[in-house]
Amino acid sequence: MIKKEEMLIKSVKSIALDTIEMVLNNRYISRAAVPGQFLHVDIQGHTLRRPISIADVDKSEETVTILFKIMGSGTKHLSAYQTGMTFSVLGPSGNGFNIDNREAKSVLLIGGGIGVPPLYYLGKRLAEEGREIISVLGFQSAESVFYEQKFQELGESFIVTNDGSYGDKGFVTNVLGKVKDFDCYYSCGPSPMLKAITERLEHKHGYISLEERMGCGVGACFACVIPTDTSGGYKKICKDGPVFSSREVTL
Amino acid sequence: MTNLAVDLPGLKLKNPIMPASGCFGFGREYSEFYDLSKLGAVIMKAATGSERFGNNTPRVAETASGMLNAIGLQNPGVEKIIETEVPYLANYDIPIIANVAGSTIEEYELVAKTFNQTDQVHALELNISCPNVKEGGIQFGTDPDMAANVTKKVKKVSDLPIYVKLSPNVSDIVAMAKAVEAAGADGLTMINTLSGMQIHLPNKHPLLANKTGGLSGPAIKPVAIRMIYEVKQHVSIPVIGMGGISNAEDVLEFLLAGASAVAVGTANFQNPFICPEIIEELPAVLKKYGFNSVQDAIGKGIVV
Repeated sequence: MIKKEEMLIKSVKSIALDTIEMVLNNRYISRAAVPGQFLHVDIQGHTLRRPISIADVDKSEETVTILFKIMGSGTKHLSAYQTGMTFSVLGPSGNGFNIDNREAKSVLLIGGGIGVPPLYYLGKRLAEEGREIISVLGFQSAESVFYEQKFQELGESFIVTNDGSYGDKGFVTNVLGKVKDFDCYYSCGPSPMLKAITERLEHKHGYISLEERMGCGVGACFACVIPTDTSGGYKKICKDGPVFSSREVTL
Repeated sequence: MTNLAVDLPGLKLKNPIMPASGCFGFGREYSEFYDLSKLGAVIMKAATGSERFGNNTPRVAETASGMLNAIGLQNPGVEKIIETEVPYLANYDIPIIANVAGSTIEEYELVAKTFNQTDQVHALELNISCPNVKEGGIQFGTDPDMAANVTKKVKKVSDLPIYVKLSPNVSDIVAMAKAVEAAGADGLTMINTLSGMQIHLPNKHPLLANKTGGLSGPAIKPVAIRMIYEVKQHVSIPVIGMGGISNAEDVLEFLLAGASAVAVGTANFQNPFICPEIIEELPAVLKKYGFNSVQDAIGKGIVV
């Protein structure tokens, strides 16, 4: 259930180019959040909240970790927030990843850029249940890479950069050939990447998490819809998603 | 005890605060945050004759002290709304106002006539001012003769009181207000959004897929206040005011300018509890400025 909660900043850290990691304290959110959900963050002086995905949860410390990229005025302002400050969120928002698929003994995580964070908490939870984790993570360049070590601790990981300055050169789809067989995939990243992946892995069972500019973040304003077919069907990304089965929506 | 009640055609409001059309869906989402019976009324999202998908995304963009939207009147169509959404809202102790949209006079008539068949809707808001759909009614909202004509036609097919929603995208708002009053409108709601655009620097193109969108939020409040103030000096039908309201002081400003009640839109997105919070704060704000009731304050700001 979505609540309006105050988050206390425990730490703020720049972990890659224009990429900020924030650890936030809040009992309700840390207890209720599941992988793939997001927080709708209120940034002072900004009319609209910003949807930011949950990258990790520590239930014993009652903390939630978010990662965001400085893209515009809102994220820039948020990046200047200091430890000890609080801000309001609506959360945990949306429907997370389906992790109950017991058939999936081995899973492939495919993340692109700022789509990588929600896959970390997902991978951690799946690894705890004994699933085999393989990760393919794409970034723009070496200086944008983050969480490589953390994903390696979960299982075999491949890093790809667009300019080839670190890991393989190209896109995440370029290294899918190197990956051994898996039962199910989970992906989050820019729409063109998700489109390429869902086409390439058409025969596989998969889940994708989508990003879109949002208004209310609770399903009332119809700003973040995605078609499900060509005859007017649609889903709301904020409320029905952000996670969908790979065959559920039309990218 | 400060009296918040206001009586308007078809609407017995226990307080003057209602969520604005398009910013509250059909209420379900916000009912998870609070009891909708606390509201003065509710204005539903626009209804068209048949289902509409709306525009491509991105549909929203933030601006300085506001936002642009170009949703494109997405809705399941008037019949589905009557079947599934109106009965849901009727569970709450609040008057329901249905927002009627269309691209032809016939569509407005059809939607209004269909709402007339249910006894759970208390008034109609005639949306002749959506800037986000080519055929979304804006052509009726910028020409006084066309506005009067659609008002007259809808009035004929519906027994419900009709509040005409005025567009600020006109040079003479008073002429629009007088035209629809003469055509039989029972009230006005104003203002709808202002047409605007934002260019996204990274790709150098308009950010919204629709290119233009409707500007709302605190940025447009002075425009709304000015227009209500001008209109109220020339018409006698009541005005429900809207445009950037985000606290009880803003509400008092609208009342002083001549509004009899107000709708809160964009502010719901930042704070889902904004409507009940304003309702709670309003008595103290009225009292602070020397008013014992909402009724006392209406139009008191107009200097003749």
